[in-house]
Amino acid sequence: MTRITVTVDGVEYSDDIEPRTLLVYYLRQNLGKTGTVVGCDTSNCGACTVHLDGRSVKSCNVLAVQADGHEVTTIEGLAADGQLHPMQQAFHESHALQCGYCTPGMIMQACDLLKDNPDPSEQEIREGLEGNLCRCTGYHNIVRAVQHAAAAMRQGTEAPADSAVPAAGPGAPEPATAGVGAAGPEMPPGEGAPVSAGSTGEGVTA
Amino acid sequence: MTVTENQAPAQPEVGRARRRKEDQRLITGRTRWTDNLQVPGMLHLAMVRSPFAHARITAIDVEAARKARNVVAVITGQDVKDEQGSLPNAWPITPEQVTPAHPPVAVDEVHFAGEIVAVVVARSAAEARDAAELVDVDYEELPAVLDLKEAAQDTVLAHPDLGTNKSALWVFDSKEAGTGGDVEDAIRQARDGGVLIEREFRQQRLIPAFMEPRSVLVDPTGEQITMWTATQIPHILRFLLAAVLGVPESKVRVIAPDVGGGFGGKLQTTPEEFIAMVLARRLGKPIKYTETRSESLLSAHHGRDQWQKLTLAATKDGTVTGFKVELLANLGAYVALVGGGVPVLGAFMFNAIYKFPAYHFACQTVLTNTTWTDAYRGAGRPEATFGIERMMDELAAELDMDPLEVREKNWIKHEEFPFTTVAGMEYDSGNYEAATARAKELFDYDALRREQAERRERQDPVQLGIGVSTFTEMCGLAPSRVLGSLDYGAGGWEHASVRMLPTGKVEVVTGTSPHGQGHETAWSQIVADRLGVPFEDVEVLHGDTAISHKGLDTYGSRSLVVGGEAVVRAADKVIEKAKPVAAHLLEASVDDLEFSAGRFGVKGTDKGLTIQEIALASFAAHNLPDGIEPGLDSDATFDPVNFSFPHGTHLCAMEVDTETGETRMRTYVCVDDVGVIVNPLIVEGQVHGGLVQGIAQALWEGATYDDQGTLVTGSFVDYTLPTAADTISFVTENTTSPATTNSLGTKGVGEAGTIASTPCVVNAIVDALRPLGIHDVEMPCTPERVWRAIQNASAGSVDETQRDTAPHFDPDQPNQDTPDPEGGAR
Repeated sequence: MTRITVTVDGVEYSDDIEPRTLLVYYLRQNLGKTGTVVGCDTSNCGACTVHLDGRSVKSCNVLAVQADGHEVTTIEGLAADGQLHPMQQAFHESHALQCGYCTPGMIMQACDLLKDNPDPSEQEIREGLEGNLCRCTGYHNIVRAVQHAAAAMRQGTEAPADSAVPAAGPGAPEPATAGVGAAGPEMPPGEGAPVSAGSTGEGVTA
Repeated sequence: MTVTENQAPAQPEVGRARRRKEDQRLITGRTRWTDNLQVPGMLHLAMVRSPFAHARITAIDVEAARKARNVVAVITGQDVKDEQGSLPNAWPITPEQVTPAHPPVAVDEVHFAGEIVAVVVARSAAEARDAAELVDVDYEELPAVLDLKEAAQDTVLAHPDLGTNKSALWVFDSKEAGTGGDVEDAIRQARDGGVLIEREFRQQRLIPAFMEPRSVLVDPTGEQITMWTATQIPHILRFLLAAVLGVPESKVRVIAPDVGGGFGGKLQTTPEEFIAMVLARRLGKPIKYTETRSESLLSAHHGRDQWQKLTLAATKDGTVTGFKVELLANLGAYVALVGGGVPVLGAFMFNAIYKFPAYHFACQTVLTNTTWTDAYRGAGRPEATFGIERMMDELAAELDMDPLEVREKNWIKHEEFPFTTVAGMEYDSGNYEAATARAKELFDYDALRREQAERRERQDPVQLGIGVSTFTEMCGLAPSRVLGSLDYGAGGWEHASVRMLPTGKVEVVTGTSPHGQGHETAWSQIVADRLGVPFEDVEVLHGDTAISHKGLDTYGSRSLVVGGEAVVRAADKVIEKAKPVAAHLLEASVDDLEFSAGRFGVKGTDKGLTIQEIALASFAAHNLPDGIEPGLDSDATFDPVNFSFPHGTHLCAMEVDTETGETRMRTYVCVDDVGVIVNPLIVEGQVHGGLVQGIAQALWEGATYDDQGTLVTGSFVDYTLPTAADTISFVTENTTSPATTNSLGTKGVGEAGTIASTPCVVNAIVDALRPLGIHDVEMPCTPERVWRAIQNASAGSVDETQRDTAPHFDPDQPNQDTPDPEGGAR
């Protein structure tokens, strides 16, 4: 057994673990951080993506001992002060998840992508998410969500909530989920969304 | 008495792009996937799986494993053969169907690589897996039959004791059924002055590849044995666990917690679920098993895998006179839960949106030493749509007509609904003209055709192909009587309860079992409208047989069409129950009440009571009319009288580099008529996801075995799911012809994108290459296959590396004949 000390989502943990323990299993089994999930054995799917010292890693591809003395952020630590991260909010607003299994990893990877490139093109988003598989959404709405989150984050998340326009532009319904603190990211109508001709109904942002 | 402050919003909920209620926990990681769950004292399983496709088990030495650290037990098939039962097939497609027994742990013989031969129980999953490595199994290898066509010849047997690989032959003939003419007549006439198109197509084997690997946890320590499992079918599973294992059904509770996708892949009762149940009972301890991705790809059921021999007869003006379909369908090593029923579902859809006067369908199901097959998104209907939509393009090419024109010549006109098809289905509504017109407009069809002509003219190395696919599908599985007539083992109804809580909140219990579809949101919208209560006040409960005691679960685009209608009817019963209470409290006659926006009003007055107020009064029961029970809760079970028939027109532009074989999707437009839309956001999401799964079949995915029967595509390195970088953004729209067989007018959308997109993409690639004399590229149309097709066409030879489709064949030749290597251009 090896003693490691890791800060996960802002809390310091110290544990004796088998040296072979993968970070993802340390998070899930030792710490109960089951928001981070396992989707494959070959580091192809990215469902287990977390941030290690602020950069995305596939936690099935990192030994827990490698995280000793480092800081890990999981999907469970992304929202701050009861406010969803703009990327989480954008995934909700853009219907960028269905079963939700890939979502934690996808969101963590998307955050990392915007760290490198705050204003990515659609193709840059698609290439930046290439290591994360989703079987439900066809990626269309995930790309939209990242575009919207990027726009929101460029304009500053500190903007007062009441200045934000509804997520899907004028005439759209209010955000549906009660208790979601943050207002939707700013999404000018039509911005980044030349795709649907739109007759599927109001508020469809894709 | 209050009057109006509780008014529901003026805007109806149905049709509104509500953001999903489900999202909050999923985007913050507060999820309840089965593998997240822990029960005190829980033990873990690891499976020992056969590396051979077909072998006799001669000895298993488990001693080393048993002695390994923290191992509790090691079990072989011999140890549990009297209590493990045989996994069920719910749909024997013919009375004579040959159905091998399917023990969850193989006892004497293994029939595919990946089959379980021993099980290790240990205190941790890692220890169980370590010990599984120590189990020493001796096998005597037997000849394996892997190829579908070879299997149909019965030279090597997958199950020697059965004497044949042929499981069942299911036939529909329009002349015999009285729904149309004799297809052989049509074929004879077409040979003599008409047009006869003969093609053989391959539907490759696919893997559903849901993102959440399967996991099951069984806790036998309570009065009921509780099973949490990553399944689409908690109710069916409970019934079958009881029926097969002899446990009283009342002692079994099945819970599908958060389930990470299914696509038909979790429409199964699995060996792993049965083993976990058997061992938890035997050991009296909670037991969990979570598969690795490799195990999932290897042993969870696969989908598709057919050869399609198709003969289309037509007149020279493009009017189809008959269609003959002969299928070979690969069951894999066992007849799975739905099994041969999957290709049989296609029997009703090969005629698609068309008015064919004569039709013949025959499907031979075949056993092989490969992973079992069963439902995968679309289940029979993608195969059928692929077959007919490829054939309609072939007919158009033969006659030098526009593919849309040929289709229009043959499709059912909107004024001809309801229309009884040559397969005996009654299509209730649709408007193919409207969907096609809109799709053409969004696609700019004429401009792309012009560009195509220009590129052909200048012999551009990058050619443009335009793919067309019009489709319909049968959704809303299913009228119980129809299922009975097809020998399916269960009905197709769905159940719902609506509970009015005293505080005015509403609980909706549904027998459907969502795993990403957003039922919690959509059902809330339906009930909010019906009862006039706020969307936020509706809670939808599902997936636990102790809460949702009755249901037939989620598959076949049935949930909204059947389950949603049950919700509507339960809500309407609540209103009916509330009415006499309202009349009593308002001192009015029932006939003088009107219910609107959640409030019973007395006509001609401002007096009224909301349904929430009546719920509280009925709960208190202080002042109810004589003979009225307290409470407004109501149940409904809906059994549809017909299927629903969504349809759509899909158009796709593919660029094909004739020098490298590389293809690039440029535009994809689809206009789907899925009936009345409850939530456009969810509908659009379903279409996007479906499109990519269908496109993936056309371009990338395929499960392949080597000569020994080892799955080559046993990890995500080799089974190539598309990524964000492989795909494009789509143009999706809807036209609406309401279904007439449910009160909401809904038709179902879960499978539409998958069904239509595969032939659309292949048609586009073939369209690009047609001037080279190419009329098919076998799926998946990888750059290598496209390049080879081009090379072979230009060399005037046949590709010897691929044992693939026969371009022409003689009538009455059996399907399994090896294609003539000299036959025809490709």
